Amino acid sequence: MESVIFYIFAAILLFAATMVITVRNPVRAALFLVLAFFTSAGIWLMLEAEFLAISLVLVYVGAVLVLFLFVVMMLDIDLAPLKEGFTRYLPLGIIVAALIVVEMIAVLNAPQFDISAAQATDGSNTKMLGRLLYTVYVYPFEIASVILTVAIVAAITLTLREHHRKLQDPAKQVMVKSADRLRMVDLRSKKQDGEGSES
Amino acid sequence: MIDMFLQDILPNVLKILLIVVPLMLSVAYLTYAERKVIGYIQVRIGPNRVGLWGLLQPIADALKLLLKEVIFPAKSNLYLFLVAPVLAIGPALAAWAVMPFDDGMVLANIDAGLLYILAITSMSVYGVVIAGWASNSRYAFLGALRSAAQVVSYEIAMGFALVGVLIAAGSLNLGEIVLAQQGGFWHWYFIPLFPLFIVYFISGVAETNRAPFDIAEGESEIVAGFHVEYSGMAFAIFFLAEYADMILISMLAATLFMGGWLSPFDGIPVLESFFSWVPGLVWLLGKTAIFLFLYLWFRATFPRYRYDQIMRLGWKVFIPVTLVWLVIVSTAQVFDIGPWFTESAVITAGGG
Repeated sequence: MESVIFYIFAAILLFAATMVITVRNPVRAALFLVLAFFTSAGIWLMLEAEFLAISLVLVYVGAVLVLFLFVVMMLDIDLAPLKEGFTRYLPLGIIVAALIVVEMIAVLNAPQFDISAAQATDGSNTKMLGRLLYTVYVYPFEIASVILTVAIVAAITLTLREHHRKLQDPAKQVMVKSADRLRMVDLRSKKQDGEGSES
Repeated sequence: MIDMFLQDILPNVLKILLIVVPLMLSVAYLTYAERKVIGYIQVRIGPNRVGLWGLLQPIADALKLLLKEVIFPAKSNLYLFLVAPVLAIGPALAAWAVMPFDDGMVLANIDAGLLYILAITSMSVYGVVIAGWASNSRYAFLGALRSAAQVVSYEIAMGFALVGVLIAAGSLNLGEIVLAQQGGFWHWYFIPLFPLFIVYFISGVAETNRAPFDIAEGESEIVAGFHVEYSGMAFAIFFLAEYADMILISMLAATLFMGGWLSPFDGIPVLESFFSWVPGLVWLLGKTAIFLFLYLWFRATFPRYRYDQIMRLGWKVFIPVTLVWLVIVSTAQVFDIGPWFTESAVITAGGG
């Protein structure tokens, strides 16, 4: 039963991953990527790695890909030129793909990557992961978070250059009175220019 | 095969029906309550023609929507246009799987229940975004963009608020979070986590795209936003998803901050025995109803936020507040302060 579910999920995952790179419309490609992430989360659940599975959905599907879609949807892409250059980039693509395959084989065959050992934890997977992250791997974990924070600060600073900065002062906005925005003009019913009444 | 069906699948399907059918009925009568409550707030009567006091109004509305024609815009992306309502309602229903209604009364008692809810509710934005894009309409598209930006911003504040709860309770399991609040209403987390409680509920209102955060619909600016091209049952499904999400957020607020199914009178000498016959489900539903009323009250009271105000509130107010309070909660947890953080520490030690 379990293997049947696994093969169904794996088939969906492969299908979605292929569609991501073959489908022409970028929005559809992003949506297939959502499907691919969601199915791989399902496969991780079957490995009893529920924390990783849920955080994959939470981080990638829930946040990263929404931003992806946000950007991709706003692009007005002419679909025709997208197919050009397929043969030109083919050799390079094959080299990159082959390298990735070799690396994956090397990593997955390493003794540290024994999946059956990872499965042996009984009780809460989340608790075990938390304990490991904050004891054994505390330095790599903290260094990684500092690097990410610096990256965030840097990215925000890049957008905050003085000349295109529109700063709103909420206190000022709240304190505004109708007299600041509106001027009452006494209009005589004599003949006047209609535009003169607007100020 | 038949054995497995009878033992595993059938009971679960029945339990799912036991959750979904009352949920759908609640959604129907929440729309009725909304119209009535807002009616009385605005000194009107609200619906009162169909049935006694207008009680059959939601049924009539549902029938009307069922019989309406579903129109597909000619230049829409038809496939995604049809998938969008499904993606909206799916997460809104799936999130209920881990909701504890009483001690042990839960469909899937999973360890990482809180994370599951966060992950599943974060999926619900796809319904709105895809609907807006697939409709091939400028108004719908603007609604989708607004919704995507808003939901991503408020999810962070909401997540931090929930982190506070899980530090206090020492568990991600919703049932254990409720049990950690045992012993009268002064043990509930809305007291020690008050800022997080406020942030959570306001972010919840923003996540469900309800007034005053309903810029994705914004009928005075972008007609009806993401569902402007939808009609009939396809439109009704977006409606169902929105209201199911409202009930979910309210019930979560009750579970995480107001002691879930626990009676507020635990530990008070006379009242405790006097109210001991009341089942936990009734307390939970009562607390949920309070939050749902708040939703309706907000909608009748506040004008819609401007887009930059929404972003400022989410990023510059809520996230710093939650970050500061997380430090305070962690300190309190380490030093076992108050009636709130001592017992939960015991649970953590026992569980680990």
